[in-house]
Order: sequence, then structure tokens, then C-alpha cells
Amino acid sequence: MTGERQLLSGDEAVALAALHAGVRLGTGYPGTPSTEILETFDQLGGHAQWSPNEKVALEVGLGAAFGGARTLVTMKHVGLNVAADPLFTAAYTDIEGGLIVVSADDPGLASSQNEQDNRHYARAAALPMLEPVDSQQAYDFTWLGFEISERWKIPVILRLTTRVCHAKTVVHPRAAASNIPEPSFQRNIQARVMIPAYAKPAHQRLRQKLVEIAAWNDAEGPIRLDTGRANLGIVATGIAAVHAREAAPKASQLTIGLTYPLPLGRIRTFATGVDRLVAIEEGDPILADALRAAGIPVECKPEMYRFGELNVARVRRILAGDISPEPVPPKGKPPELCQGCSHRGVFEVLRDLGCIVAGDIGCYTLGVLPPFSAMDTCVCMGASIGVGLGLRQVLPEAQARRVVSVIGDSTFVHSGITGLAEMVYNPPATGHVVLILDNGTTAMTGQQEHPGTGRSLDHSPTGKISFEALGRAMGVQNVHVVNAQDKEPSFQDLIVSLLAKSETSLVIARQPCVLAAPKIRVYEKAAAERISPANCAADGVEP
Amino acid sequence: MKVKNIVIAGLGGQGVLKASDILADAAFRAGFDVKKSELHGMSQRGGSVSSDVRYGDQVLSPMVPPGEADVLVVLEETQVEINRPTLRAGGVLIGPDLLDPAALKNRKSLNVALLGAASTVLEIPHEHWLAALHANLAEKLHTLNEQSFAHGRAAALARSSAE
Repeated sequence: MTGERQLLSGDEAVALAALHAGVRLGTGYPGTPSTEILETFDQLGGHAQWSPNEKVALEVGLGAAFGGARTLVTMKHVGLNVAADPLFTAAYTDIEGGLIVVSADDPGLASSQNEQDNRHYARAAALPMLEPVDSQQAYDFTWLGFEISERWKIPVILRLTTRVCHAKTVVHPRAAASNIPEPSFQRNIQARVMIPAYAKPAHQRLRQKLVEIAAWNDAEGPIRLDTGRANLGIVATGIAAVHAREAAPKASQLTIGLTYPLPLGRIRTFATGVDRLVAIEEGDPILADALRAAGIPVECKPEMYRFGELNVARVRRILAGDISPEPVPPKGKPPELCQGCSHRGVFEVLRDLGCIVAGDIGCYTLGVLPPFSAMDTCVCMGASIGVGLGLRQVLPEAQARRVVSVIGDSTFVHSGITGLAEMVYNPPATGHVVLILDNGTTAMTGQQEHPGTGRSLDHSPTGKISFEALGRAMGVQNVHVVNAQDKEPSFQDLIVSLLAKSETSLVIARQPCVLAAPKIRVYEKAAAERISPANCAADGVEP
Repeated sequence: MKVKNIVIAGLGGQGVLKASDILADAAFRAGFDVKKSELHGMSQRGGSVSSDVRYGDQVLSPMVPPGEADVLVVLEETQVEINRPTLRAGGVLIGPDLLDPAALKNRKSLNVALLGAASTVLEIPHEHWLAALHANLAEKLHTLNEQSFAHGRAAALARSSAE
């Protein structure tokens, strides 16, 4: 994948650039629309691994960067919430190898629980942020991100959005880097041990870095100027910039690539040359607010355009000041749990028993839709357990006894284990029932591995966490492993008996995802052949 | 060349995204600037799926603006009406009713057959269609899909000469 022009998604372009730029390690947790970055990086020959969650992924990535390696950490927008703790203090440290944190945002909620705008994180954590408009820029900005990161010893956030991640556009790659230094640890205690005595000056150094990066952005940052008529000036970021070029091809437009810290000098100069300046940005009015705070008169889009994705038609409306109701597109067929999906039987039972179901994030969230309508809450990864426990703690007994927490296998490893600790430590008077729907894969995002499958990102065998052993070791009183299709005793009978007890229970409903099962059998067969001594001599020979 | 806008729609599992991959690749091989965009994720669970492909000298937004599609290819009858607003006045609709499903050796190649039909109104040379089919499908499926492509193309030509 070098040299010639290629048609790549933004995710693939980031992976290719990471390979070319000499990235030693890619870490992350699957999440639409970011998942394909690490999968592609692995397929291209890079070293990529799924972590249990985004916090761990960033911590592993930070360690690699402290060790002098170029490192890529990927996640979806809500994943950065999980990784926010290391992120904010990593900003204070001096890293050696370049570190890029990819935040793949989902304006319009194509496959997410919210449409938070992670540009806020750049300002909040005081980290530089690059925002590509297409795959070419995704490729170029990955390179540039490493250069900025290493020059100022600071992590860089590469913010993508769904239409950058998944749109395929033409990319002209460059030659791979040839002079990447080998990782080596250099002690620098004051720059990496964030006790107050060292963190106070580190905070001041961070602010000084941002002053320098802003000056660099003004002087030679990735800014595109399209000179057009002076009666309309557009300042734009991310995917919204190409919508704007198409909506108003004759306007003057300044497209900002490094969107934090902003090149305020360049924008101010641009603003003085146009009669009217409009900020075109998807999501929250972050650019408009920043320009107004800097005293640059700019028009902000009407509030109705904060919601959902922008497109050419919506940008035309923004430029025309049109706040009339938008045409509502016809509703398509909603998704549903696959025929033969192991979750179906579980939700039929929970529906028939009238359970109050604290749900979680994954395919099984579709249990909320008819014909099941068997989910009452869904907030974030792992929340099912805490929310279920909270309901149990306060509800009258008749209601409390109907509460169950439902969580998937990958989600359980991601953020459910601490919830289980809470259940053991603060058991409600009526006890509680936690159901792990273990389909042996991270199904929703496209069947990725996790620490409960016993296979790595590339599907090769590795250590495996046993949920039942974990539950017993943590002190859960009843631990059962079942198949929801079992007849004697039935899954329903088991749930009824556990709801009647005032004890803590963990039920693992285990049956492979129907979409993943054929592939899982192939991986298991390959693993069995790999460890069979009879096959050692024939290694590499097709059977 | 002015940008050509194509929308391919259907239900999850029908090969909508595979079809748009093949189309985008064929246009790319023909030397055009190309952008292709769709939403992944929830839509893969049997729900409505649509994919936008745009090509020409220079493509800006990756999304076909509503009412600006030159060609709308729909793989599932129930999805025709909900996608019709994307088509411009005078645009070409290619629906599943163009073909008798029994005439296809494998109904799963409907996506490629309808691409064959679309190829009659798109300025992409045949060699690039073939190369894109080969690059995006497993080798054992090449012959079958070449036949489906040719079948769809012939059906579209027959219909347009009848009109």
C-alpha cells in the first residue's frame, strides 16, 4: 500500500500513515467509527492490540511513548471519557516518542449513545487537536501529529468524525520514514512523576507549549485558504469544510486543520478581508465561541444545526439564515437482533417475567425494541450493574426483586468488573442478579476479540479471563453458566429462583454470536493445529 | 467532468456496501476523483442501508445532497419509496423489479446485477468494472458475478430500447 494513489477510508488512511511513520504500537478499544484503524494497522503488518478499555489503552500507549516509541491510541468519542483520567495528566508530562490519540466522534449518532463533541477535550485537557476533512488529510495529519507531538513532547488528539472515518476518498501516500529512533528509556523524573511539586511547573510548561504551538499554527500550520468573493467569508473545520466548499463555491474560505490552539492571527486577518464571516462547524459552536471570545465578529449557526450531522443542504440553509423546519427524511427499517441470535431467548424471558432491566451498550441494546421491549435503562459502558444496584437499593421490595442487570461479555471486561465489586461490597437487601450475555465476541462493532475470548486482536490464542472463576473469586454468592435455550432446568426457572433469593448472583448466558460462530470455529481449529506436535514438522504446509 | 451522484440502497446483508465498494473502485480505476460514504454500525443488523458514491474531476462533500442523485439503485422493493427523495428530477431509478430473480444463478449477486444495469448510464469503461469486480470479490465468485453483471446490463439495455 505505498506509492500509488489509493482509495481509502479515513480509518485506513490513519493506519497506513501510522505504518509509514514507524508506529511501534497501536492500542485501543473497538468502537464505531474508529474500529477499522487498528484492524487495518494489524493487516498491514503493524503491532496492534485491543485493550480491555480505553483508559488502559491510553495508559499502555503513554508507557510506549515514554519509552521513545511512536504510538497510536484509538477510540470512539465516548471512549475518551473513559480515558480522560490519564489524558488530562498525560498532557502535563513530557513524552519521548510521538503519541496520537484518535477520537472518532459520531455526530448524528449513527451508532452511539450520545453525540458529544470531543473538540471540548482539546481545550479542557490543553492538548493540540488536528481535524482532517478527508482520507488524504487523515493520512497527512497522522504524520503531522507525530511531528508536533515529538517537537513539543505532547500528546496530540486526532479528531475524526463518522464521515471522515468511513468515507473512502483518494489518498496519495508518501515514502515510509527510514530514520525512526529505537525505543530507549531516558529517566526524567520531574517530567513524568506528577506529584504536586513537579506537576505545578509541568502545568506552566504545558501552557508555554500551547503558546508556541499557536504561534507555529499561525505561521506554518495546516490552513487552506480558498480566495473567493469578499462578500462572504467562511471559516470551517473538519468534514463541514467540504460541505461548505460545495454549498458556497464562490465564497472565500479558511479551513483550519489544527483546530486547537487556533491560528487566531490568520483568522483575524481573513476576517478583516471579508464583509461577512460565518463559522461552519458540526456539533457545538466551539469555533464560533472561540472567535467571539477573541473579539473576532463571526456569525454562529442557528441552534437547530447543533444537532445531527451537517451536509451540503444544511450548510446552504445556515448560510441563508434559514431556520424553517427541515424536511424529515422517510424512516427506514430499524435494525433488529439477528434471527438465531442467542440474546433473543434471554429478552423473551426478561419480558415475560416483567423484569426491570438495567441494560448496557452492545447489540443486545436492541432488546429495548419490540417484540421484546425488555430494557429500562442504557447509559454507558458498564452502567447496567451500578444502575441496577442503585435501583435495588431504593425501590420497594416488590419492585426491587424484579431488577436485573444485563451486560455483554466485552462490555463486562471493559467496565463491568468494578460494578461486580460494588455488588459484593454493598449488596442490596434483596440481593441482585447480574446477567452476562456472553456471545464470545465484541459483536456490535464487527466481532472483535477481547480478554474473555482468549484470542488477541489478530485472533491468535492468548490468555483468557474466566467470568465464572472471576465472579466466584470476587465473592459473588451464586454463579451459574447456562445456555438460554436450555430446557431442564430452563433459563426462566433459574432466573425466577435467583430473583427470589436475597443473595448476589451472576448468570453467564453463553452461546456464540451467530455471525461470529463460523469464524470462531476457524480460529479455534487454527489454534488447535498450532499446538498439536504432529503438525510441527508440517508447519507452513497446506493440509 | 461534473460530479456524478449515485445512491445504492437496500437492507443489511444484501451487499449494498459491497456494491458501492465495487462502483467506487471502478470509478477510481477510470481515473476519476471519488468519494464514497455510508453509515456502518446499527444498520448492519438487518435495517435499512444506503451508500453514496460520487465521482468526477473534483468531489467535495462525500454525501450526495438530497434530491441530487443522478442514479438510485435499490436492492429491495420496500426500500424504493423511502429512498426516492434522494433522486433528482429526471434521475434514473434502477430497482429490483428490473430483473426476474429466477434468472440469476445466485440471488446474492443481485447487487452486482443491478450494478450492471447502472453501468449503462455511467461513463466508466467496461475494463474498469471487471477489474473492480475481481478486486472486491473472492476468486471463486468471479464468473458468477461477471454473468450477473452482464445479465443486469442486458436487462437495462433491453428496457431502455423498449421505452
